[in-house]
Amino acid sequence: MTKVKSLADLKKMKEDLQSKVNLREKGDNVERMVQVKVSMATCGIAAGAKEVMNQLITELDNRSVDAVVTQTGCMGYCHAEPTIEVTLPNNDPVVFGHVDDKKVVEIIEQYIIAGKLVDGVIPVNYETVKEHKNK
Amino acid sequence: MANYKNHVLVCSGTGCRASQGEEIVLNLEAEIEKNGLGEEVQVVRTGCFGFCEKGPVVKMIPDNTFYVQVTPEDASDLVSEHLVKGRQVERLLFTDPETKEKVADSKKMGFYKKQIRLALRNCGFINPENIHEYIARDGYAALGKAFTMKPEEVIQEIIDSGLRGRGGGGFPTGLKWDITRKVQAEQKYVVCNADEGDPGAFMDRSILEGDPHSVLESMAINGYCTGATKGLIYIRAEYPLAINRLKIAIEQARELGLLGTDILGSGFDFDVEIRYGAGAFVCGEETSLIHSMEGHRGEPTVKPPFPSESGYKGMPTNVNNVETYANIPVILLEGAKYFASIGTEKSKGTKVFALAGKVNNVGLIEVPMGITLREVIFDIGGGIKDGKKFKSVQTGGPSGGCLTEKHLDIPIDYDNLLASGSMMGSGGMIVMDEDDCMVSVAKFYLDFTVEESCGKCAPCRIGNKRLYEMLDKISEGKATEADLGRLRNLANVIKDTSLCGLGQTSPNPVLSTMDNFRDEYLAHVKDKKCPAGQCKSLLQYVIDAEPCIGCTACVRVCPVDAISGEKKQPHTINQETCIKCGACMDKCKFKAISIQ
Repeated sequence: MTKVKSLADLKKMKEDLQSKVNLREKGDNVERMVQVKVSMATCGIAAGAKEVMNQLITELDNRSVDAVVTQTGCMGYCHAEPTIEVTLPNNDPVVFGHVDDKKVVEIIEQYIIAGKLVDGVIPVNYETVKEHKNK
Repeated sequence: MANYKNHVLVCSGTGCRASQGEEIVLNLEAEIEKNGLGEEVQVVRTGCFGFCEKGPVVKMIPDNTFYVQVTPEDASDLVSEHLVKGRQVERLLFTDPETKEKVADSKKMGFYKKQIRLALRNCGFINPENIHEYIARDGYAALGKAFTMKPEEVIQEIIDSGLRGRGGGGFPTGLKWDITRKVQAEQKYVVCNADEGDPGAFMDRSILEGDPHSVLESMAINGYCTGATKGLIYIRAEYPLAINRLKIAIEQARELGLLGTDILGSGFDFDVEIRYGAGAFVCGEETSLIHSMEGHRGEPTVKPPFPSESGYKGMPTNVNNVETYANIPVILLEGAKYFASIGTEKSKGTKVFALAGKVNNVGLIEVPMGITLREVIFDIGGGIKDGKKFKSVQTGGPSGGCLTEKHLDIPIDYDNLLASGSMMGSGGMIVMDEDDCMVSVAKFYLDFTVEESCGKCAPCRIGNKRLYEMLDKISEGKATEADLGRLRNLANVIKDTSLCGLGQTSPNPVLSTMDNFRDEYLAHVKDKKCPAGQCKSLLQYVIDAEPCIGCTACVRVCPVDAISGEKKQPHTINQETCIKCGACMDKCKFKAISIQ
């Protein structure tokens, strides 16, 4: 290991190492971040969800968007795989279908950064147990 | 570098490791490899999460899913379900004891809601065996910041923060540092007191196991402030995991030049050594600790002189405990003002408690000073086990006292606890329910002090033994009301005349239980009854004639032939010969035998 010889060295080292714990610090503040869930059941993976997820992480990173990308199970929209669900802070989740590499960029730039909806939104077709119970 | 999308944090504190934590890590790694996720998922061994009741704990990042009581066999489900398919493994989630609902996110659990983690900020978050993770969390930045300030300025910051010693006494930390700084000497020392001896206390162990670098960094800051170049950590040899992680931490810090000569180009030299203790309670007292480190018997000496003036090898020595040090980086980085904004008027910041006994959520918690006992026991601790009634909570270990229902709403801080007849101590908190006998509790703690008294001064060596014998007499039902007066008198004499903190505080459990549970003591001496049904000599095994069918099963099992009666007729127990072993009660199929 190279020695840390000055405070500037230490600061530089911290910045280089930041990525090691970034994921965990984001996890601690999840409600204040953009949350993206990628549907990764067999159908999603077959349709390319894995590539979509990788691309999401890289593209969000390139634009320095503080986001948490997680995978989730089948959302039930098998006709529109790969699907992703995007939750902006203090907003209801929005689901996008048929996501490919172009769509990823569009969603990030138009919806996540600029806040405008883009084509490909799938309307929510179910209610959760909680919503159902409270009716 | 691999681009990890998930981190799997596995608790590697002593408690969770004892429940096969290491096997869980190995199985998870194997399963992850098998599913081809090696480049995407990283398994991290961390320090204690605090939720020891439900260990071993595994936390999934970034979605914050909190799995409890995980076994090595669960690894394949966790990987194939959670990591591959993104489905939570429902059966391993925590069930809220009140709502009976599954809670996936740790932040929504009552146990974590009221906690503020300053001293435990990295426990359960970073891998304690990797200095890089500590640096990524601003590790050693406080030391770097200190170098840009004058030692007096750093000390002023600590004084302004209001931090007081977390080992129990509550002496203002900044003041202690300042005294050591002002004494002129050729060599000064920084000592970390990691001789955690209270029964049921494990906060210092958890900090050393989960975040050893924070202690090393603060010791170096202290060295810079006081002019000491040598640090010594006095730790009990029965903490092997903490020792191992400290060794790794010291090694890594040396490799990076964060310990050694000319640290961060400041011209300041500092290094740390580990010293092992044999686990004597009295060595938590600072003068005993220093004598033990010098190779002498672990016995206290009269103060003054204080170690700050004349300590290790007669040189000025700053002694602080583990948790105190763990708070220092937070104060320097976040500012004294922030730290002082937490807590009560005279007790600032947070306190780590080891919550144990008859509560639902046994574990390690860090709460702001000024929180009430009620919040700690009922909100964080989840209430009393098995729906029983709360009776008392013991704080401060063998030096502390037992508090009752009427103390539940007092804000916890150093002064309030003292005024209530207990003390902060190092932070053990043992909760008792209606089945606990307070005389037995006092006896338990006194048994511990008698055992641990070093024997140097007569009040502690002889007095505590006599005190124990008196309590024994009470629990045997052989004491009179006059004995209660003698008990209190002797307790006060021991308090006033003992040499060190051990003897001066050892009668506290007796005095506080006498004050708060006088009726229970009276029941023992006057009515010869133990209301909680714990003191064996005061119990009677009695056969109820109605359900007894005279099957003679009890007669055959009684080892002293105390039971007699005709076949098919109700039996009786001769109380004179009965030794109260309980064998008859276990044997009786008709529930005819009861304790009175």
